[in-house]
Amino acid sequence: MADSHASAHHDDHDHGIAHTASVKVLLGTWGALMVLTVITVLATKVDFGPSLNLAIAMAIAAVKATLVILFFMHLFYDKLFHTVLVIGGLCAAALFVGFALMDSGQYQDSIRWDLDRAVQTK
Amino acid sequence: MSSQATASAEPNYFEVTKGFKSWALTLDHKRIGLMYLFGILFSLLLGGAFALLVRTELMMPGETISSADTYNKFFTLHGAVMIFLVIIPGIPAALGNIMLPIQLGAPDVAFPKLNLSSFYLWCTGAACLLLSIVMGSVDTGWTFYTPYSLDESKSGAIIPAVFGVFLLGFSSIFTGLNFLVTVHKFRPQGMGWFQMPLNLWALYATALMQVLATPVLGITVLLLFVEHTLHIGIFDPTLGGDPVLFQHFFWFYSHPAVYIMIVPAMGVVSELMTTFTRKPIFGYRFIAYSSVSLALLSFLVWGHHMFVSGQSPLANMVFSALTFTVGIPSAIKVFNWVGTLYKGDIRLQTPMLYALSFIIMFTIGGLTGLFLAILATDVHLHDTYFVVAHFHYVMMGSALVAFLGALHYWWPKFTGRMYPERLAQVCSIGVFVGFNLTFLPQFVMGSRGMPRRYWDYDPEFTIYHQLSTVGAFILGVSLFVVVCYLMVSFKKGRKAPKNPWGGTTLEWDAPSPPTLYNFPEPPVIHELYDYDDIVEDGDNGWVRKPRPAGAPPKEKH
Repeated sequence: MADSHASAHHDDHDHGIAHTASVKVLLGTWGALMVLTVITVLATKVDFGPSLNLAIAMAIAAVKATLVILFFMHLFYDKLFHTVLVIGGLCAAALFVGFALMDSGQYQDSIRWDLDRAVQTK
Repeated sequence: MSSQATASAEPNYFEVTKGFKSWALTLDHKRIGLMYLFGILFSLLLGGAFALLVRTELMMPGETISSADTYNKFFTLHGAVMIFLVIIPGIPAALGNIMLPIQLGAPDVAFPKLNLSSFYLWCTGAACLLLSIVMGSVDTGWTFYTPYSLDESKSGAIIPAVFGVFLLGFSSIFTGLNFLVTVHKFRPQGMGWFQMPLNLWALYATALMQVLATPVLGITVLLLFVEHTLHIGIFDPTLGGDPVLFQHFFWFYSHPAVYIMIVPAMGVVSELMTTFTRKPIFGYRFIAYSSVSLALLSFLVWGHHMFVSGQSPLANMVFSALTFTVGIPSAIKVFNWVGTLYKGDIRLQTPMLYALSFIIMFTIGGLTGLFLAILATDVHLHDTYFVVAHFHYVMMGSALVAFLGALHYWWPKFTGRMYPERLAQVCSIGVFVGFNLTFLPQFVMGSRGMPRRYWDYDPEFTIYHQLSTVGAFILGVSLFVVVCYLMVSFKKGRKAPKNPWGGTTLEWDAPSPPTLYNFPEPPVIHELYDYDDIVEDGDNGWVRKPRPAGAPPKEKH
């Protein structure tokens, strides 16, 4: 298996990794990331309210992360199964963080913090 | 016969190299699995000893053998050792390591060096966990719940314990990753996904959970460590932290961990059912899919551990409803196993006795879980002995019993020696009787209000505790005898034939014990669970019938 693997990649460059994305695509992705960074900065200049500002910033960050995964990390050229794995991992993380924060947000109002007393008793 | 001749022509994996270094630096999955196995059996005796200390203390109300503080340490160490050192690695890391590549017809796992490093991580993690005993010992329960675990006076014991758990988690992740890649990449031609033995489906589903869930355990114990050392205020309420958040973090791993323990056990039972009924498994695809669906559902139900911990009513309702869905794939498996038994040529050898015990005790453990999934009843039953009995029926009565079944089933294969069958059958009955005598009374006393983890109790509960303690000693003695006769048979047991049980999966085509790369020649993929082609041949065990020359190959299902 190791032999066949080695022969399949005999035309790779010295680091043994094939470039599946063209320079044009890589530069285009880099350009898109730069533009999105500028949009992120500009979006902070407009006051949409704290929730909407955060949502816009997170949405732009999600688009940027997707571009990185698709083109810089080659997922776009990879097997569909690997996309399923990545999406599955992201869903697991979203589920964990989403549910924990949802629940935490629900019961925060019922907590009565008394930090002064806590410090005294410690 | 010819295979035996082949087996003797090529040295087996014990004979290839000898000496301490050959074991300490081995990359052979069987040797690594065997080292895991001995570590796990030692941990089983240690965890069992702590259990007997707990049960002895509870024999009478008030102080029997230890103070309340010492008792807290006993049950914490019992839980931590049994969960992290025995049941989680029991089937995947020990027996899975040994059998997964052989069942695939592969020479080894995909990453042998990673495999060895995961074993050393397990050893280091176990050493750290046990170091906490001499550093003052943890008394928080195996869950390390905050704010108990934030007590600075106990940092000396808690920090090595949680660091040990952190390392054990990474050991588990490495094993899972190795198995995932091995199943994807090392399946031979002719073995599609639905020609894989169900044990491999179960190990694959388990590996998915190990890789996805265990990192959260690492994050959780790391945050606990940081809370202890830097006082960042994430879990500590006196610093504005949220102890319920710790429970979210902890159970997001530890509920899938329950399935990391039980799903491989289900894979084993599927193999035992088909082999010892001489019948193809009933509903192969349903069992395979139910393993994967259990793996996915395991991520959606962690909040049912927190119904009375301050979790919001909305989350309670969501988690209660989702918990019921787990019953569907579990019931599919049980119905299919019972369907396999129907009109089967049932052979009550030791592995099958453990498999039948599993079905009975898993059914009891599973159904009593539904009581706890209902919000209204959980309020009354939470933190009582009802919960203790429920999870022991699943973790010990099911997972550990299946581990024992698997151990006896594959013992002749990987050691090349037979264990004493009659003594093993007696011990398996002793395990069944002892276990049920221990935990059935706990359902009763729990439903009558006996809280768990209490050192003292009202006199009305005395009889239940006494029955439970007697059962625990029957169970303890049975397990001790099992470990003893296995150790003796490892050296002095009768030589095992290649296929002592008449199994049809690929491991039974390998010599007993296997050669370094498992098969002297590339194995031929046969129809899965086809018992028509296998006949008994006296002391040679079971052999495949020679196919007539020119006969067309049998169609695979």
